[in-house]
Amino acid sequence: MFKAIGKQIHIIWSQIVTLWLVFLHLFKKADTVEYPDVKPYMFPRWRGRIILTRDPDGEERCVACNLCAVACPVDCISLQKTEDENGRWYPEFFRINFSRCIMCGFCEEACPTHAIQLTPDFEMAEYVRQDMVWEKEHMLIQGTGKYHDYNFYKVAGKAIGGKGKGEAQNELPPTDRRSLLP
Amino acid sequence: MASITIDGKVFEVDEKNNLLQECLSHAMDLPYFCWHPSMGSVGSCRQCAVVEYANEEDQKGRLVMACMTEPREGARYSIAAAAKFRAQAIESIMINHPHDCPVCEEGGECHLQDMTVMSGHTYRRYDGKKKTHNNQYLGPFINHEMNRCITCYRCVRYYKDYAGGTDFGPQASHDNTYFGRWQEGPLESEFSGNLVEVCPTGVFTDKPFSKHYSRKWDLQSSPSICTGCSVGCNTNPGERYGTLRRIVNRFNDEVNGYFLCDKGRFGAEYVNSPERIPVSMTRDSHNSDPVQIEPALAKDALKKAAKGAVAIGSPRASMEANYALRELVGEENFYAGISANELGMLNKIIDIYQNKPVNVASVKDIEGSDAVLILGEDLTNTAARLALGVRQSAKNLGRQMGADLNFPIWHDAAIRQLAMDKLSPLYILSPHTTRLDDIAHTSHISSAENSAKIGMAIAHAIDASAPAVEGLNKEEQALALEIAETLKSAKQALIISGTSSLEPALLDAASNIATALHSGNSKANLALVCSESNSMGLALMMQGSGKSIDEAMSAGAKTAIVLENDLYRRAASAKVDAFINSLDQLVVLDHLKNRTGEQANLVLAAATFAESSGTFVNYEGRAQHYYSTFKPDSNIRSSALWLSDKHFNEITADCAAAIANCAAILELTPGENYNFAGLKVPRQHHRYSGRTSMRANINVHEPKQEQDEDGVMVYSMEGVPAIKDAAVLNSPWVPGWNSNQSIFKFQEFAGGPLKQGSKGQRLIANNSTEKTWYEAGTSDFSAEGYKVFPVYHLFGSEELSAYTPAIQEKATSAYVSLSPEDAEKLGLKASDGVQVEHNGAVPFVVRKAIQPGTVGVSVGLKGLNFQDMSAAIALDKAAEWKNPDLWRAANIIVSDKREERVD
Repeated sequence: MFKAIGKQIHIIWSQIVTLWLVFLHLFKKADTVEYPDVKPYMFPRWRGRIILTRDPDGEERCVACNLCAVACPVDCISLQKTEDENGRWYPEFFRINFSRCIMCGFCEEACPTHAIQLTPDFEMAEYVRQDMVWEKEHMLIQGTGKYHDYNFYKVAGKAIGGKGKGEAQNELPPTDRRSLLP
Repeated sequence: MASITIDGKVFEVDEKNNLLQECLSHAMDLPYFCWHPSMGSVGSCRQCAVVEYANEEDQKGRLVMACMTEPREGARYSIAAAAKFRAQAIESIMINHPHDCPVCEEGGECHLQDMTVMSGHTYRRYDGKKKTHNNQYLGPFINHEMNRCITCYRCVRYYKDYAGGTDFGPQASHDNTYFGRWQEGPLESEFSGNLVEVCPTGVFTDKPFSKHYSRKWDLQSSPSICTGCSVGCNTNPGERYGTLRRIVNRFNDEVNGYFLCDKGRFGAEYVNSPERIPVSMTRDSHNSDPVQIEPALAKDALKKAAKGAVAIGSPRASMEANYALRELVGEENFYAGISANELGMLNKIIDIYQNKPVNVASVKDIEGSDAVLILGEDLTNTAARLALGVRQSAKNLGRQMGADLNFPIWHDAAIRQLAMDKLSPLYILSPHTTRLDDIAHTSHISSAENSAKIGMAIAHAIDASAPAVEGLNKEEQALALEIAETLKSAKQALIISGTSSLEPALLDAASNIATALHSGNSKANLALVCSESNSMGLALMMQGSGKSIDEAMSAGAKTAIVLENDLYRRAASAKVDAFINSLDQLVVLDHLKNRTGEQANLVLAAATFAESSGTFVNYEGRAQHYYSTFKPDSNIRSSALWLSDKHFNEITADCAAAIANCAAILELTPGENYNFAGLKVPRQHHRYSGRTSMRANINVHEPKQEQDEDGVMVYSMEGVPAIKDAAVLNSPWVPGWNSNQSIFKFQEFAGGPLKQGSKGQRLIANNSTEKTWYEAGTSDFSAEGYKVFPVYHLFGSEELSAYTPAIQEKATSAYVSLSPEDAEKLGLKASDGVQVEHNGAVPFVVRKAIQPGTVGVSVGLKGLNFQDMSAAIALDKAAEWKNPDLWRAANIIVSDKREERVD
């Protein structure tokens, strides 16, 4: 019988201690933040909303090589290559179905031109699923994103408007096909 | 067979093949660039190096190029020991290669990418400057990006040595070496498109494909058959986002091998044409505006119209579609949609194939022949792939010379050196010069009837029991004797003729010559070319009856159903106009707008070859099945399914049962119950991308996978991988081999036939050994005016491919060819036009090598209807002439012999 009474006393004591500890928390600094009024700090390499960037000359970086699309494990990227009058490749459309995207960042890893990048923005919820289908105009930003200096066409051998054969980095001028001289 | 040791393992190899070929055949990955199964070895790229050991004690060995090595009995080789050398070689090759892969059309199916990875060259050490080259404009088919070149010389070996092109070659020297034309301009060869597949990297890429480019892994594809001519080359169309993107070659060792002609490769984009009929439509009268009609209502209207209607079949529609039409209206009301003359010629071809002691020649047989006679057929323009085959046959003399000296056949450079300009005999009898004249021993200019006479004389000279002819001049008699002697002494003679000359006597002559050559067990090769992809199938369906379009038009019916056929290409315009006006109702099933369809009361939107399945029968009577590449819009259906309520496979089965000789078309597919561990064959690559996004702009909820009519393949990336035991080989791919070179993994041995054995089925059996003859014709041509002979163009003459933009760029408007004497007689200056009787005025070209008094009239080109011609026509100088906008004289490449060129 004494055992049972002792147990009841222990329960009551434990509740008093709990109330006391909760009371003490009134005087401690809060751990949570007032989201959305207060924004959390996101690390620069956080894998959030996907953007398309421009090269240092302000031209679209994406060359529509399709590597992001093929790297995507949920196949949520589709695009179509087209070409401007000077031979520069760019996507005619570029679509990501964010309702499928798992933010794995494989597309960014696959991108040979640093065009597609993941950003620290995670606020992508929508009421309607159809609104999670983003097109190029929704993703293309005005700047270079995380990688400031890279300009793919300055490295590639293909001639485009404003850059002829032999004018890329580390290139000799075009050879003379009518000459046999060394 | 010899037994050799490679890296400690013993292999049984065929010593006729080179070591590289044997390594590949035994599933070893050995990199290579310059070797090609059809072109042999030259040992220039240094990629397939292996170490050969002198004996059992030898530890050091020596480097040899596997492609230049004959496997010796008991020899010991090592692939692994030369790995470092190969890595160094590819590092040197890659020194000047640009950083282009993301913007290169070859990326993802690049042999250079594969070989670089395979050789282990992963890091670029060279940091010096790269060589660059300017590009050339090479016409509407091919993009040139010379920076990417690795100087393997495959392009030149293909273009010049294999395909006989003359306007392309290597220039400059050492690491400045340049491959291009002497000056910018369209490539002249009709086979230039194969450069895309022959080039191991992205120097030559498919220009029309680049305009709407997709990576190889994103293309939905299926095994298909070219609709361009009667050869029936196997193709692999690729689709993305609902449009056809490109055609690549699909290997079939008996038909097209590794190569297609440019019409086949670039001429299929009519599938995406704005001239397509997108929906079914009705019209109240023949010239009122059309109104769209729902598919279900359209089908009802078709069924109602079928009662008592005449039905006109088509040589470009599948067996199934033609059969479904025949079922719908009854056999008695079904007519072939071709002229009486053509149907008669096709029936004669079937008769020859069935009852004469001849061997019907496939392209492979053509390549193996060592004496060729072409009777009145301009092969390059009517059946281009055969012309490429004939070019290979001309090299057989050189190969024989090599074989006599115990040279292996793959030793390409050596055999070419040995043969120099010696070629196997080729004789051409034609009313004008052809593109094969540069390899011809003799090209004799004579009209079709006269060629037939010479042919009869040849047959008579070979076998005296063949009927003789009279009326040949001395020169022609001598020629006939010479040809007879050559054919008789050949190991495997080949006679080629066909229907394009519209002269049945030529078929008689060809048959007689081939029959005359039969002795003992040997039969001469005979190839008789038809005009369209399923001409032969349509003729088989007619089962010998002569119910041509002329009879259909005079049958007096009030309703007509026309299947995939423009009647104005089959009969004279006035006749067709009268026929259509006499009808109460004209029903047309077609995929492209044409003059017949524009007057139809009911137009049903039919699917093209890329959107439907079916069977075509090629010139040799080989039935081949094509699988639909993609599902069309719901308004478009395949003709067979418009015309019948049955399941597609039932239509095929009924056709096989009902039509004589056609039983084998059931064996072309593994059947609708085919599966491998419950899986079907996928149309999409296993890395197909964008599945959950490509339709997301329309609706984010993904639709159910489309169902297939054959039941063998699925519109999905799930299924039995090609490298497993798929009964149907779609697009070839194996790990590490992303380019089309991976095909060797699916061959019995590298360069051999496919393991799947999808060669098609020859429908016409021939066991005849009895010599029977056709009598020589007696009719001599006599009519007032210029005698007409047809002139065909690879680009533009064929109905469907003429809707393709790239083909249009290489085509020209209609014209007539005249001899210099006649041009002078008519008082024509270069800028004048010619008024053609029964037709409008057209430009003209003067060709030295046509007989005065004859006129070549272009077929199928815009501006002139060949069907409106009579056998002889009056010509006149056109008043107030201005050349039409579509006139491009530079596209008329007459012959590679310089003096015959049109400037």
